[in-house]
Amino acid sequence: MKLWTPLIVGTVLGLSVMPTLAFAQERLRDTTERKAPLKVRGAQFEEFEYRYSDDDEELGVWSGDFFYGTDELKVRWLTKGEYAIEEQAYEKLENQIVGQIPISDFFDAKAGIRFDTPEGPDRTYAVLGVAGLAPQWFEIDANLYVSKDGDTSAALDAEYELLFTNYWILSATLDATVAFSEDREIGVGKGLVSTETGLRLSYDLIDRAFSPYVGVVHERKYGNTADFARADGGGTESWFAVVGARFLF
Amino acid sequence: MKTTLLAGALGLLLPVMGLAGEYNLTVDRVQIDTGDFVKEGIGYNGASPGPVLRFKEGEEVSINVTNNLNEMTSIHWHGLILPFTQDGVPGISFPGIEPGGTFTYKFPITQSGTYWFHSHSGFQEPDGAYGAIVIEPEGREPFRYDRDYVVQLTDKHPHSGDRIMRNLKIMPDYYNREQQTVGDFFSEASENGLMATVKDRMAWGDMRMMKADVEDLQGFTGLINGKGPDQNWTGIFEPGERIRLRFINSSAMAYFDIRIPGLEMTVVQADGNNVQPVTVDEFRIGVAETYDVIVRPKEEQAYTIFAESMGRSGYARGTLAPEAGMVAAVPELREAARLTMADMSGMEGMDHSSMEGMEGMDHSKMTGMAQSDMKGMEGMDHSKMAGMDHSNMAMASAGGASDPFYAAGSGLVPTAANGGKFLSYADLRAQKPLYDEREPTREIELKLTGNMERYTWSINGVKYEDADPIRLQYGERVRFKFVNTTMMTHPMHLHGMWSMLDVGAGQLNPVKHTISVQPGTTVYMETEVDEPGQWAFHCHLSYHAAAGMFRKVIVEGGPESTQAASDDQSGDVGGDA
Repeated sequence: MKLWTPLIVGTVLGLSVMPTLAFAQERLRDTTERKAPLKVRGAQFEEFEYRYSDDDEELGVWSGDFFYGTDELKVRWLTKGEYAIEEQAYEKLENQIVGQIPISDFFDAKAGIRFDTPEGPDRTYAVLGVAGLAPQWFEIDANLYVSKDGDTSAALDAEYELLFTNYWILSATLDATVAFSEDREIGVGKGLVSTETGLRLSYDLIDRAFSPYVGVVHERKYGNTADFARADGGGTESWFAVVGARFLF
Repeated sequence: MKTTLLAGALGLLLPVMGLAGEYNLTVDRVQIDTGDFVKEGIGYNGASPGPVLRFKEGEEVSINVTNNLNEMTSIHWHGLILPFTQDGVPGISFPGIEPGGTFTYKFPITQSGTYWFHSHSGFQEPDGAYGAIVIEPEGREPFRYDRDYVVQLTDKHPHSGDRIMRNLKIMPDYYNREQQTVGDFFSEASENGLMATVKDRMAWGDMRMMKADVEDLQGFTGLINGKGPDQNWTGIFEPGERIRLRFINSSAMAYFDIRIPGLEMTVVQADGNNVQPVTVDEFRIGVAETYDVIVRPKEEQAYTIFAESMGRSGYARGTLAPEAGMVAAVPELREAARLTMADMSGMEGMDHSSMEGMEGMDHSKMTGMAQSDMKGMEGMDHSKMAGMDHSNMAMASAGGASDPFYAAGSGLVPTAANGGKFLSYADLRAQKPLYDEREPTREIELKLTGNMERYTWSINGVKYEDADPIRLQYGERVRFKFVNTTMMTHPMHLHGMWSMLDVGAGQLNPVKHTISVQPGTTVYMETEVDEPGQWAFHCHLSYHAAAGMFRKVIVEGGPESTQAASDDQSGDVGGDA
């Protein structure tokens, strides 16, 4: 039943026209991009905003990262800062370079170095962390930091997005820091150090590349850290109105 | 070299049909205007889509392809049976065509029907590098028609393929604007009860899967023969004529549900091979598939060809009319499809307590039931599931319809807009058997695997970059078992050899080149391994293939001079590392 004749004739004819090429193909190995791991680069800023506090403090704040790599290994530069506009000084300035590898379907492990270079004393930490998507759609980023002097602390960032529509998105964030040892020089006390809670309502204006938002942020210091802040003449709690945009490119 | 240059130059001057048996194609940067947006893309002979190549069965074609891009290119003749060196997959059939270079494809045409061609390099195909092939048979066709039109669909996106891939890798739901919202929650809660809705959301949230994950890539404009819905491609007819429409889905990602309100369509061919005619009101065309249908409009009126994407995020539209300029009503898009737990049933790592909940379900309860009540299905036991025959399952999908090629209770089962007949794979019967029936010599299981959150796609858990080739022996008949463990539909395309889809019709199983495997289902196909060489085998969703759902197949043995690479004889069966 099979159409043997045309197939055989076809195969023979087709190959006979370029026997040398056919031989050359025999050992062809796929060295195209398709056979190489897919390399991806990207940059995203979850926060890029102006903050105005309940005691008239003005801040420029960002939190973002740049990455490059494959499914198996990515290099990521994370950058965070708070710039006091009136004082023209960085209240916080934190940069991390980490390598990131997958450890489960939904989580990656990270290891690297963190450099803090704000106004005041600098710090360098080793970083070990996990980041990923927890059940019920919580984005989790948990990190352990060990400073050169052996001070250890941990930070947990969690985010949840509520879709009012497919373009209007309310994101709730909670960042909490715990120190396992005191670092008086930078005002960090042992125990729960601080929390930052935010609610931001964004609109995806250009795809997901540019999403302006407005929101509120609440910052609070706790325990010894709060005591240090008071002793240094600072506040321990602030409310901010924020306006900014999320970027992804 | 001189002759190729001359041929290339002629190609610029002569129309494609210039010389009998000889064809010229140039690969060019082109402008693509969808009516919604204009973008730079890639085309053939100065346009996207490229020309319709019309061959005749028995013809010896030679096709000069001149690359006017500043990057490598290639053309794959999708569905054509030909020597592997002419198949056009860089790295597998040949090295590719250099910028400025000309490659002459030479092969005999041993088949007839509707096919297509496209670049197999990078994302040139989604960027516009595709065209149609129509092959006239040597003998008479087993059906009559007065005129025919190619209806080539694509999902043209304003972003380039590279950018889409990158966005999907960075954020897999980048293009998904059909996600469930707070509003959906409340309307579901009022319909199904608050607790049921909360439980439903928790069940999906626990898996970190989205019901709305039907189409990865939204925001496209559906094109018919390069024309957007507003540009309205129109095929002219005289009332009473039989018109053969050669539907080709050249999309990067979109499946389309196609109907022509007011007309029945008689499906006469699938993937270039004649099938026993089956009359339907609507059919779903997977990415890379072709279906030829015959329609007979009797009235002096216009008819809309309406092709909605499976996830209902976009559509293509054209018109059949007695005169240019006539139009018919364009239907509204139907509600977005939602996955159900049944579509997740192939997923590994789900809780397997027991299947009691599912066995206990009766049809009436199941019909029209919301996802939230489907919690019994969460606990499906796969070992029991494996023994189930889909075709005998009496359970219907959430929408009330059922199709043995969808998971029982799937949210993807299509229904005809007019309540009539929707084509199923199960309806397809080959017009004539292509091969004698025989037992397969062995079975190869290919699990279709992936991780939506990472946007990695693979076969048997291994991406192409890490995979060994699948080795087949010339002369064997292999039964492929596709097990879709993901929540997405995958159109699997084996190059160079026919895929006989097992619809339970034995020798009359339809002969295809692309087989759609729905989430949570197992589908079998058989292949007569009668072409030596090395071939590509992959999911035809552009971004799934590029993310790793791809294999090289090596056919060992066969006519001596044509043996393919035999680097290491590991003899692995499934092709996984």
